[in-house]
Amino acid sequence: MRVPRYWRNKLFRYRLVGWRCINCGAFHHFKPLVCKRCGSRGFREVELPKTGKLLAYTVVKIAPADFKDKAPYLIGLVELDDGTRILAQLTDFSQDELKDGARVEAVLRKIREDGESGIIEYGYKFRPLVG
Amino acid sequence: MGKIYVAGVGLTKIGEHWDRGLEQLMVEAALKALEDSGLTRVNSIYVGNMAGEFLQEQAHLGAIIAEDLGMVGTPAYRVEAANASGAAAIHAGALEIASGKADAVLIVGGEKLSDGLAEEVSSALLMGERQEYEGFIGADFYSINALLYKLYMKHYGVKDDMIAVFPMLSHKHAKGVAHAQYPFEVSLEKILSSPYISEPLRRFEVSGVGDGAAAIVLIGEKLKSKIKAPKTELYISSATDFMTPFEREDPLRFQSLGVAVNKVLDEAKVDRGDVDLIEVHDATSIMAAISLESSGFAEPGESGKLAINGEFDLGGRLPYNTFGGLKARGNPFGATGVYQVVELHLQLTGRAGKNQVDSPKVGMAQSLGGVGATAIVTLLKAL
Repeated sequence: MRVPRYWRNKLFRYRLVGWRCINCGAFHHFKPLVCKRCGSRGFREVELPKTGKLLAYTVVKIAPADFKDKAPYLIGLVELDDGTRILAQLTDFSQDELKDGARVEAVLRKIREDGESGIIEYGYKFRPLVG
Repeated sequence: MGKIYVAGVGLTKIGEHWDRGLEQLMVEAALKALEDSGLTRVNSIYVGNMAGEFLQEQAHLGAIIAEDLGMVGTPAYRVEAANASGAAAIHAGALEIASGKADAVLIVGGEKLSDGLAEEVSSALLMGERQEYEGFIGADFYSINALLYKLYMKHYGVKDDMIAVFPMLSHKHAKGVAHAQYPFEVSLEKILSSPYISEPLRRFEVSGVGDGAAAIVLIGEKLKSKIKAPKTELYISSATDFMTPFEREDPLRFQSLGVAVNKVLDEAKVDRGDVDLIEVHDATSIMAAISLESSGFAEPGESGKLAINGEFDLGGRLPYNTFGGLKARGNPFGATGVYQVVELHLQLTGRAGKNQVDSPKVGMAQSLGGVGATAIVTLLKAL
């Protein structure tokens, strides 16, 4: 990903900050002009809860080029405590902890390096919630 | 709106064509379609291609194909809608015929995936998702499908055999098909014992990497009586949905497909029960199941049972992927939607050889971009 594009949306990648439609409540990962669900134009910035539960997970075996050296890695569908569903990489899971329905929490982790001379990109991942 | 007819079709075998480039494959298919129609000139050319800018570093395929066909001067554009790019090209060409602006157009869908490494093909496929979101975290096409697969099994309380039956069916129908990439049968046991590509989705439940091109000639009413080639009448409709299935009201339903199917049936004045054969976008087994259910050809959660009961066999109630579908005929992304329509046309004009369905009158092809964010549905009627 080009550096300016990465930088523009770092609020969501770093802290799960996005925009919720004032009219219908739909969550938008990146600053919208028009609500994707109801078409209205009013939004408030929200920081999503950092905990939730794992609805389903899978393991990526044949990864896209940028993730080739990371495979195999885990992708999960997470339902946060406010009901928002997001896709995320999972990290720090032992085989025993890896169950659909597991409680999880967001952490900031390295996502990938943009080649040898590019920047190192960080973003959220989810790990098992302990206690 | 004027009527639209398919008047010629052509295709190449799908496979790893090391000795031929993307442009050559497209020209081969286009020349066959022109020859089939008896026409040598058209008013416009529409090219369907998804990943040429990435895998071949080649944009501007419209003018290139016009030149390579010896048709410099003819308007020519590339149309892109991820994996539905071929169908999108048909849609664009069909609109020009329906408007009366053109009497004849050529549609060419082509893709050459073997120019890329496995991870580059995965990257190309990921470009059909949102790079800012799924792309950034590496949630590739198959991982999204795998999550849907799990939700499906949990929601409907079915096991993986009810989903893996679809690739088995596609392979059964591809057996001996000259243009198919994998023209052989694969048993359900073998599919279910193949390694995971993204658990619970297995290697034999997803389409392979192949190159190919397919082409059709569309004409309007004016040329209909002048062209001797076998013809069918074409209807086409399209709709979109939220990019990520998990943001849809029901992730296990392709709303775009349901809408496009209803629109095309309505325009063609055809009842769902009158559809004699169907081409389904089985890029993955789970997409085949969800497609049949979203478009009203099976009740939610029931498609696998119907498949096991033989309803989608060549001699069944609704013959499915009669030349092997994406799974076994092959899935060169931007060409696939055109292959589907070529195959329907061969069936409806009685030229399907050993795969011929018994005197079909109406055929439907469903093409999806991404995981159903774009749906383009074509309906052909025998004349």
